[in-house]
Amino acid sequence: MHEMALCESLVAIIEEQATVEHFCRVHSVSLEVGALAGVEVEALRFGFQVVSQGTVAEGAELKILPSKVFARCPLCGAQELMLPPSGSCLQCGAKLHMTGGRELSIKEMEVE
Amino acid sequence: MCGVCGCGKEEQELESKHAHKLARDGEAASNGHEDHVHLPRFAHAPGLSARRMVQVEQDLFAKNQRYAQSNRQNFEDRGIFVLNLMSSPGSGKTTLLVRTVEVLSGSGSVAVIEGDQQTDRDAKRIAATGVPVHQINTGRGCHLDAHGVGHAYEHLAPADHSVLFIENVGNLVCPSGFDLGEARRVVILSVTEGEDKPLKYPDMFRVADVMVLNKIDLLSHVEFDVDACCTYARAINPSLAILMVSATRGAGMADWLEWLAVEQAQWVKGCARKITAG
Repeated sequence: MHEMALCESLVAIIEEQATVEHFCRVHSVSLEVGALAGVEVEALRFGFQVVSQGTVAEGAELKILPSKVFARCPLCGAQELMLPPSGSCLQCGAKLHMTGGRELSIKEMEVE
Repeated sequence: MCGVCGCGKEEQELESKHAHKLARDGEAASNGHEDHVHLPRFAHAPGLSARRMVQVEQDLFAKNQRYAQSNRQNFEDRGIFVLNLMSSPGSGKTTLLVRTVEVLSGSGSVAVIEGDQQTDRDAKRIAATGVPVHQINTGRGCHLDAHGVGHAYEHLAPADHSVLFIENVGNLVCPSGFDLGEARRVVILSVTEGEDKPLKYPDMFRVADVMVLNKIDLLSHVEFDVDACCTYARAINPSLAILMVSATRGAGMADWLEWLAVEQAQWVKGCARKITAG
């Protein structure tokens, strides 16, 4: 649901960049989406299609970059992409430390 | 005038006689324009790559985060303790809020920001208690954002050292992603919903400071496993405080009010430390 609002921010950033970087068409946008960002990628794609209509970003491809590691074991150094429900390291059982996962950032764009 | 490049060369010439043999990539077509080159429309200039990468590095939450930080600074400067109340629709947020402000308004200043997609029905319920309230209607929006809350705060102008409750839009998903500048996040879950909600909507329970398990007076009528619910919630967020309340009957209200008082005192201390450190 709120993917729509996020797409509005995304298109606003792209339009800002269009005036700064002087481009008039966007071919692709690379987004890093953390697993804890609370964002559904398919909803994001749909929202982007709708919100980008009539802007420089219309028709651009959304490239979703794999999310970073966001849980790390302080004892054995194991890294997990998903936080297990127990919150414990799958290797040694120690409490995992969260290291990220809430990112939702635009990284780069292919423009013309 | 040439319709392709706008040069005035063959002013008198008919467009049909001035056929443009458009250039292929990198190859110039001359056709009577020997002194300059016509390129196919929308083509790149030869030797220049029109497609390029632009590095951006901007967080989509950044805009909301900037507003949230500014709200938080305002709240801290004026000692206003702000709570963001979140839950699915129908969990009893407004009833809990009405009962809470009835008590708190006797001992200090309280204000409420109400968030709903439509209507001011909740604001009217709060206003009936005599507490200042401002309604935000989000329209299509599924959550409150920090920008809207900042304006509501300006409009409401709560007194210094008051408690400000923000009742978010009834939605167990989206509000969890939007910081409003609050000091504490409260998730309300009612026993009529199902004990596995923390597992199904982990984001909300992960960001919350306290879970208020509401409508406990109905426990004997519904199949709701309190222990399982608490286990699930703590699996998602080990530091989550849990309170059992019946806002309509009053059970557990004292614990909730005590939690509020303790957290407010802690928050005030935290703010004072920040000021000393700063």
